[in-house]
This record gives sequence, C-alpha cells and structure tokens, in this order.
Amino acid sequence: MSTAMQPLTQRSRQVSNKKMSLMERIYLPAIAKGMMITLKHFFTVKAATVKYPEELRPMSKVYRGMHVLKRDDQGRERCTACGLCAVACPAEAITMVADERKKGEEKLYREEKYASIYEINMLRCIFCGDCEDACPKEAIFLTDRLVPTDYQRRPFVYGKEWLVEPLDPSLRVDVSKRQTPEVLKFKEQRQYSHNR
Amino acid sequence: MAKVTIDNIEIEVPDGTTILQAARMIGERSKADAYVVPPAMCYHSKLKTSGGYCRTCIVKVTKGSEKDPRPMPKPVASCRTNVMDGMVVENTVNPELIDARNGVVEFLLINHPLDCPICDQAGECHLQDLSYENGKEASRYQFERRTFEPIDIGETIKLHMTRCILCYRCVKVAEQITDGRVHGVINRGDVSEISTYITEAIENDFSGNMIDVCPVGALTDRTFRFASRVWFTNPLDAHRNCDKCSGKAVVWMKGAEVLRVTGRKDMWGEVEEFICNSCRFEKKSSSDWTIEGPRKIDRHSVISQGHYTNKLQQKLLTIAAPNDPGIEPFNFNER
Repeated sequence: MSTAMQPLTQRSRQVSNKKMSLMERIYLPAIAKGMMITLKHFFTVKAATVKYPEELRPMSKVYRGMHVLKRDDQGRERCTACGLCAVACPAEAITMVADERKKGEEKLYREEKYASIYEINMLRCIFCGDCEDACPKEAIFLTDRLVPTDYQRRPFVYGKEWLVEPLDPSLRVDVSKRQTPEVLKFKEQRQYSHNR
Repeated sequence: MAKVTIDNIEIEVPDGTTILQAARMIGERSKADAYVVPPAMCYHSKLKTSGGYCRTCIVKVTKGSEKDPRPMPKPVASCRTNVMDGMVVENTVNPELIDARNGVVEFLLINHPLDCPICDQAGECHLQDLSYENGKEASRYQFERRTFEPIDIGETIKLHMTRCILCYRCVKVAEQITDGRVHGVINRGDVSEISTYITEAIENDFSGNMIDVCPVGALTDRTFRFASRVWFTNPLDAHRNCDKCSGKAVVWMKGAEVLRVTGRKDMWGEVEEFICNSCRFEKKSSSDWTIEGPRKIDRHSVISQGHYTNKLQQKLLTIAAPNDPGIEPFNFNER
C-alpha cells in the first residue's frame, strides 16, 4: 500500500456493500419513521417565518438598509457630489453628475456644487455602509428601511426622487439611532465650520 | 562637483544645484529613495526664480560644508539653498524638522477653506497630499477664515481666491511664459490676493498654464468646472500638431468625451511642457488628438482607482517565459 492511501483524518469510514435485508429493502419502516419525525415537528416546533408586513422582525438600530440623502436644518441638500461615496463603494453601485448651483437656488442646495443626478443601483449595492463612512458632508446614511421588491431590474436604480428625504419636516428620515456615542466620537474629528 | 549627503544617502551633483534639486536627483536615481525629497508647493522646476515663499521644503543642514562644518542655525528652504561640497542635510530623519514642517502646513491651512468636496483640484491637489502627510486632523484656528469677493477672470479660468496659498507660481507663468502680465499679487500680508489688473480678463495664448502650475484649486479650468471628479476620468497621453506649442498633452476622457486637457506632469507634479490655450480649451473632441496610450498614474493616487493594470499577469509571464522578447521584464521598483 502506497503512502498516498493513508487516511488524513480518523473520520473516514469503510463503506460496506453488504446486501440489504428484506425489512430494509421494502423501505416502509424507514418511511414511517421519517414521517413520524415530520409529524412531531408539525405539532411542536414554532413557525420560523413571520407574517410580514403585518409583523416585523426585530432589527438592529444600526441596521443598514435603504439609503437616504439628508437635508440640513434649513431643508437644503447636503450632498455636494464630491464622489467619495462612489470611490469608497466596493460594488461600484453609485454614480452621480454634478452641477453648479444657480443664483436663487441657495435654499435648495447647501453649497455651490450639487448632485443633479445621483443614482444607486440597489441590485449592485451590498449595504456595507462604506458610503456613509466616506461622506464628508454627512449627507448619505443607511437607514432601517427596506428596499421594496420588484419584478423588473430597472426600478432598482434609485434616483434622487427616491433617495433625497422629503422637504416636509414631519416626513424627514430619522437617522439619530445610528449616531451611537462611538460614531459621534469618531465624527468629532470632522467638525469644520463649513460642515456645521 | 559637490558631494552632498541627504538623509544618509550620498550623491554627487554639479555646483550650483540646490538641495531640493539634489534630493530630486536621488529620487530620480532610485524611486525607493524618493522619500527623502522635501515637498515643495511654490518651487517649480520650469519657472525661473520660483520658490522661497511657502517654506514647506525646509531642511536641516547639520554640516555646512567640508571647509566649514558648522551646522546652519535654522532650517533652510531647500529650493533656495545651494549645495556645498561635503554638506550633510537631514530631512525625514530629523523629528524636529518634521515638527517644523507640520507647523508650516498648519499655517498654510489656516485660511484654506477645506472645501475639497466641491473643489475640482481634489485628487490631484498638492496641498491635499501635503496635509495628508504632514497635517493635523483638525485645525486649532478659531477665527473666521479669510474670504474675498469673487472675481471673474475670464471664461476659461476660474479663480477661487479663498483657496490660494500665495505660491506666486501663476505670477511667474504670466511673467515668463506669456508676453504680458496682467495679473499679480495685490495688497500685503494677510489680505494679499491674486488678482488681474483692474479685473482685466486674461487673454494670452499661454495663460491656461497657470491652472497646471497652481498647486491648489485656486486656479481651475472653467471648461471642466464640476464636469467630473478627476478620479472618474481616464487620463491618456495624447498629442496633436500645434503651431503654437509642442502639442504634447494629457487628455482626460470619460467614455468617448474629452473632458479636459492638461499639460504632462513629471514625477514631482510639475508640468514638463507648457501647452497653449487652444489645445487646452478648444480641442475637446477625441478626433483632435492622437492618443498615445494610458498615462501612468502613481498607484497611491486616487486617480488610479478603477484603472486596473495587468501587473500580476505580466509578472507571472516573465517568470514562466523569461527569455520571451515580447514580454516586458517586470520591474518591482516601479511604483
């Protein structure tokens, strides 16, 4: 016997090729045994599923779901299309087109540059949250909202009409749950006057 | 010839060479030693009398020369100090000097608005690199930053005076490359600013080069304004027959579109050959240019993101077929 045939672990078993007995050959006892186990679980084990959407699973408060592009206190868009989220994105899901703020649009956009087109492909996105980490303007956040399902691919490319939060203060998306003490401490380093 | 030692690395350079140039010669000799080169914001190798303003290139001279071995009492600007035979210079090995340079960078950033997210220079900005290497993560400055009334200096060049660090490079371009200088630094001290003479637009054929020499985002290409972040564009070496300039440039493409045209920069980020305004601002079609190939970008630069090279494949090929003349030998030193 060559050394190549030596077993590497103790777990290997010799397979026997012995003839099955009559009881084994008719299979019925084995089927009955299996059905008994199934029937037992039918009555004892609790359902593993929940009745979504009436019932929701408990979520982590820092759950990474659908993105939101935040507005500031005065309702201006924070995003300046700096492109850092797109660079940080490992799935290359984010694209944007920048534009210059015109006179009279000061109430819409915080800085002289803004994203005229901002798209996230939710099928590419892996919800890692790197875009949120990269954002220097605290504009993009992942939220505990889920991306709705669809039958087509196209609706999963979310534009600004889906991502930017509503102007109405009562409809704003709350991301304060994500601001854990650790996050706030980390963000202390980014306190520049132009970001306040 | 003078023998000079920078950070324990010896090099022999011609008389009249500055310490900065000698350090760059070390870096050019071997890329692994390029770390000894002091950063420079205002010095530009193609512009005469540039340098001596920003103080980021300061070095410590611990031995003046063979004849006079006394150390120099203070850090000196390496771009303006000539080497002497037997000079010993300390740059990265001297913690005190690094501390002094960090202080210089902090001063440069005092009035800088740090609006990198909206600045078109971001990604190729020397001040970004410098503050990444030498800066603090937060400013200690508590006063209002200096601001200016925006000045329109023409359709092709955008001036953001708040970002300016007063390196005077653009003034040297206007003085030495163009035939008539219409802009310069006005006022003094804290309120000094780059401006055109009575807000006169810059219309010289070579005025666009001040965009390339500007180490920060103070002078940017208005035709490229907010068109794309530089790291989403694809830089290609290209040339065209131009009767005014050499026609050798870098075109920054996105898809089939030429978003902007710049001069070619050497390994120190300084323009090799100045190009004319018609090449820079008017030739924005790929049919205007003969593409030579992709521009080599340092892999530490954000511009190189997404531009994959087949280095590993080439390395494996050189190992598999070492004598095949069709395969370029893999150079481990290169980047």
